[in-house]
Amino acid sequence: MAAVRTSSEVAFNRVAIVAVLVVTIIFLAPIYWIASTAFKPRNLATTIPPTVVFQPEISPFVKLFTKRSQLRTPPTPEEYAAAPWWERVVFDGGEKIVRDGKGEVQWSGYPNRFMNSLIIAITSTVLAVGMGTFTAYGFSRFKVKGEADLLFFILSTRMLPPVVVAIPMFLMYRAVGLNDSHIGLIILYTAFNLSFSVWLMKGFMDEIPKEYEEAALVDGYTRMEAFFKIVLPEAATGIAATAVFCFITAWNEYAFALIMTNRRAQTAPPFIPSQVGSGLPDWTVIAAGTFLFLLPVAIFTFLLRNHLLRGMSFGAIRK
Amino acid sequence: MATTMITTLDRSSRAAARGLSDISIRNLFIIPTVLFLIVFNIFPLIYSLGYSFTDFRASTNAPANFVGLQNYRDLLNDPYVWANFAITAKYVIISVAGQLLVGFGVAMLLNRDIPLKGLITTLLLLPMMLSMAVVGLFWKLLYDPSWGVINYALGLGNFEWLADPKMALYAVALTDIWMWSPFVMLLSLAGLSAVPKHLYEAAAIDRAGPFYTFFRITLPLVAPILMIAVIFRTMEAFKTFDLAYILTSQPTAELISIRLYKMAFQEWQTGRSCAMAYIVLIMVLAITNIYVKYLNKVKER
Repeated sequence: MAAVRTSSEVAFNRVAIVAVLVVTIIFLAPIYWIASTAFKPRNLATTIPPTVVFQPEISPFVKLFTKRSQLRTPPTPEEYAAAPWWERVVFDGGEKIVRDGKGEVQWSGYPNRFMNSLIIAITSTVLAVGMGTFTAYGFSRFKVKGEADLLFFILSTRMLPPVVVAIPMFLMYRAVGLNDSHIGLIILYTAFNLSFSVWLMKGFMDEIPKEYEEAALVDGYTRMEAFFKIVLPEAATGIAATAVFCFITAWNEYAFALIMTNRRAQTAPPFIPSQVGSGLPDWTVIAAGTFLFLLPVAIFTFLLRNHLLRGMSFGAIRK
Repeated sequence: MATTMITTLDRSSRAAARGLSDISIRNLFIIPTVLFLIVFNIFPLIYSLGYSFTDFRASTNAPANFVGLQNYRDLLNDPYVWANFAITAKYVIISVAGQLLVGFGVAMLLNRDIPLKGLITTLLLLPMMLSMAVVGLFWKLLYDPSWGVINYALGLGNFEWLADPKMALYAVALTDIWMWSPFVMLLSLAGLSAVPKHLYEAAAIDRAGPFYTFFRITLPLVAPILMIAVIFRTMEAFKTFDLAYILTSQPTAELISIRLYKMAFQEWQTGRSCAMAYIVLIMVLAITNIYVKYLNKVKER
């Protein structure tokens, strides 16, 4: 293509580059809007025309983490002076931070939900990737009768719509008392990610030359030793990429969390929408919660950039 | 299932002589996963198959009565359920066609020497990695008729996106297109970069026009990967719950998953919802089967 470059081709290339820039801006605009709203004062979140240039504020994040109530009377100058900076920004918004009898600041539900999300996503990721790595090695290296059918069976468990699986799981969890528990969600997410992890890891395992272990076996390693000392280190990149994918899936999951949890083990995805409720929601606080929630995924996406294709195609397309 | 997996390996191999035999290792590695999936995915489905033949309601303590195929008969004769399926089909077509057009189009644009191409590609992929529920919620603000950025940017005045029964489904599909076009783009880019350059050079020497080149060289070679993208997105769009549930409560945008959720967890028609779940399940398994066939086909190349 580069051999013959006509002037019309060069012109078309320029047009294409401009078009790509326009598309990129359109695609990133909603994400930019979340990020910018998270730093706006409340009165600038919903303005016409939309506010693009403003003095960034930290108050949405203070509000995100605390319980607040409307100020009936404005704080006295002494109160205002005595308050720490994070309380002043709440005063400025016409609200005060709720404290208990001992004067301890009352936290909102958000930090707790964020921790639940972390605990559940990390634990289920470790379990799914751990089991998936072993299973993938088994499928990659040994003859398994009905291998294609078993792999199809494993993948099909992931394809089931969450609500379909949730109905019986809800009844079973209710019978054994696992509703609204961390363990309950961890099991569901592990099962959901396990199939993905087997498929993706099998691709990575297939790429590690068999000769590596065979050489180790000849040197007197047992199969187990060869697996742990030769294969696992070789598969480290694959394991890391698989883990990040599993983490993101569990972190983002909504339907199971909505159905199976309501308070104690609730994760952030069902919690954040429940904050909108009735009346005029404070979009700056929702944006702040959304921003913090999306941040880890954005960072991981950047780290994963070379593995995205593979992960999204269940290891089928490797490039 | 466990016993059928055992095939004989060479028992006299060196590895078999020391430590665990290859067969035990293979079984040790594979069987726990299969068992785990059977216990937590298949057993619940058997459990709900049983309930699908009863009038059980999880909200009461009344014992379940066996009603035979009544639930299935009722569902398949219910015009509202058929309406839900029709809405879902419309949604799948709009959203997958949109993603295909936008995703493949952007991939065609990106498939050249562009400064910062890697960074731009990664940025474009960001939407699909984010939580549908949480980002979907924020689209409510973007769509807001009074102060939504979309109406302002397009000069649409107080256009109702989500509150208008005619518009709601399109609005949900539009958000879905925004989220998942990057997926089609990612796969298309892989397909486009795999087209051998010498084919284009040969076409240029033959003075083939851009349309001929596109339809005779590019498209046929990218088609298998596009097919994977389309089947996968079709399946995912068919299952859509989060986005539509968060964005709108319009009956005209009530997808099959939402109907199922309401039937099971708001109306507590447990027995009937189990039957409905089975109808959906069979459809999903059929699409999965096609999907896996294509995945394996592409893998073999």
